[in-house]
Amino acid sequence: MAHSNSDAGAYARWNPGRKQGEPMVKYSIFTIARNAMTSHKNWPRQWRSPEPKPEYDVIIIGGGGHGLATAYYLAKEHGVTNVAVLEKGWLGGGNTARNTTIVRSNYLWDESAAIYEKSLQLWEGLSQDINYNVMLSQRGVLNLAHNLGDVREGVRRVNANRLNGVDAEWLDADGVKEFCPIINISKSARHPVLGATLQRRGGVARHDSVAWGFARAADARGVDIIQNCEVTGILRDGGKVTGVETSRGTIKAKKVAMVTAGHSSVVANMAGLRLPVESHPLQALVSEPIKPVINCVVMSGAVHVYVSQSDKGELVMGAGVDAFNSYGQRGSFHVIEHQLGACLELFPIFSRVRMMRSWGGIVDVCPDASPIISKTPVEGLYINCGWGTGGFKATPGSGWAFAHTVAKDEPHPLNAPFSLQRFETGALIDEHGAAAVAH
Amino acid sequence: MLYIDCPWCGKRNETEFHYGGEAHIARPEDPSALSDEQWADFLFMRKNLKGPYAERWCHSNGCRRWFNVIRNTVSHEILAVYKMGETPPDLGPKKGEGV
Repeated sequence: MAHSNSDAGAYARWNPGRKQGEPMVKYSIFTIARNAMTSHKNWPRQWRSPEPKPEYDVIIIGGGGHGLATAYYLAKEHGVTNVAVLEKGWLGGGNTARNTTIVRSNYLWDESAAIYEKSLQLWEGLSQDINYNVMLSQRGVLNLAHNLGDVREGVRRVNANRLNGVDAEWLDADGVKEFCPIINISKSARHPVLGATLQRRGGVARHDSVAWGFARAADARGVDIIQNCEVTGILRDGGKVTGVETSRGTIKAKKVAMVTAGHSSVVANMAGLRLPVESHPLQALVSEPIKPVINCVVMSGAVHVYVSQSDKGELVMGAGVDAFNSYGQRGSFHVIEHQLGACLELFPIFSRVRMMRSWGGIVDVCPDASPIISKTPVEGLYINCGWGTGGFKATPGSGWAFAHTVAKDEPHPLNAPFSLQRFETGALIDEHGAAAVAH
Repeated sequence: MLYIDCPWCGKRNETEFHYGGEAHIARPEDPSALSDEQWADFLFMRKNLKGPYAERWCHSNGCRRWFNVIRNTVSHEILAVYKMGETPPDLGPKKGEGV
């Protein structure tokens, strides 16, 4: 193991990986029972930690959920298995581990609804597909309306969703109270609840499981997952990509796919590309564990709150983004203060709950709040970025569409509208209003 | 929270200010002469640098005036504040890298 710093070395010793050629053990009740006989001491590692090969067909930069999903679907759907996922830190240690785990597909515009709905359908079969419990819990997602504008937008979005085959319902204030009894629907509230859209198929999933499950499933199909390997340069020859420089040496590749979220501008700049994304801190926080009080996901774009309760009992809440650009993976306290003020207005019952942890991730926001899944002006170089504050829900669909784009060298109809060219043609997909601040 | 030194009012809390994004993006002299690509570059493409970054702020809850700041986007340290129309100060080879 050629690791440079001691943390990485310790991690590698703790997690040496499955040996080359050793088959993946299928998880089932029988393997659990069999391993119980040996006190669960003989479980094999979930994936290998191989040394990088000198050359790959495809290199994926970024080992978060989207990068790992891309690797998995490249192998599964397109038979491309000579693939490496290069991750500068550890798997799923960026935004995959920092989001509020909400999954839904109730976006306004046809293009968005199509790709997020594809993603939700993949979510619904994902645990079986990758033989890993991603704990998808379709408990229903409420998007609250607090004023007449919100109500009109919500009703319009429900109708648009239904036309696109996405399940959606409109609830009035009493309906909201019935679905989520702890919510305050008092007319005298600072931001009264006038109604909400409800997507019953929406919910939450276990974020770490998504990264680990995709990693294990991709590894089982031959993908090399290489952690502690930071890309420092993108090699090109006459407008065509030829490989990458990394902290572990030069690796050649026929195709390179960038999936680096908050660091997209930095990585794209290595290939001389300018992007329309800006990186902002986005914070989330959890409370101490309490008994079950909220059995759905509640989101409010207007007052910047989104809340659900984890299986451990913690209230999981998200705040808005900080206005300024940052790569610091931490946000400002006043953002949380603002968010919790609005939260208590909606849920007075939380007033004495103590917050346990808060953290920040760096999200790459596009001017139209829609992602980029696209070819680039450099031949053999592809980019998947701009998911902004709402990428987690898209993890399987994003990987599925991006894998198609990389394998076929052309976008799938699902992601063709999300090209880098749309900023020149003007065919923007404006999801600022519909998707609101809270994703 | 940042503590920003407004060139007219002195140090104030970040909540008194609004962010204006990347600084020194000149409006095209002749917009109608631009190609779609150049127009997209002016409107949407941003440096989004990691490290020292020249950006605009407005003291919207104070003197309401715009000014420029060089801030490190990793440490959030404010390295320089200067008025609109002024050229960015030279921070030396190391700190000024990437501005």
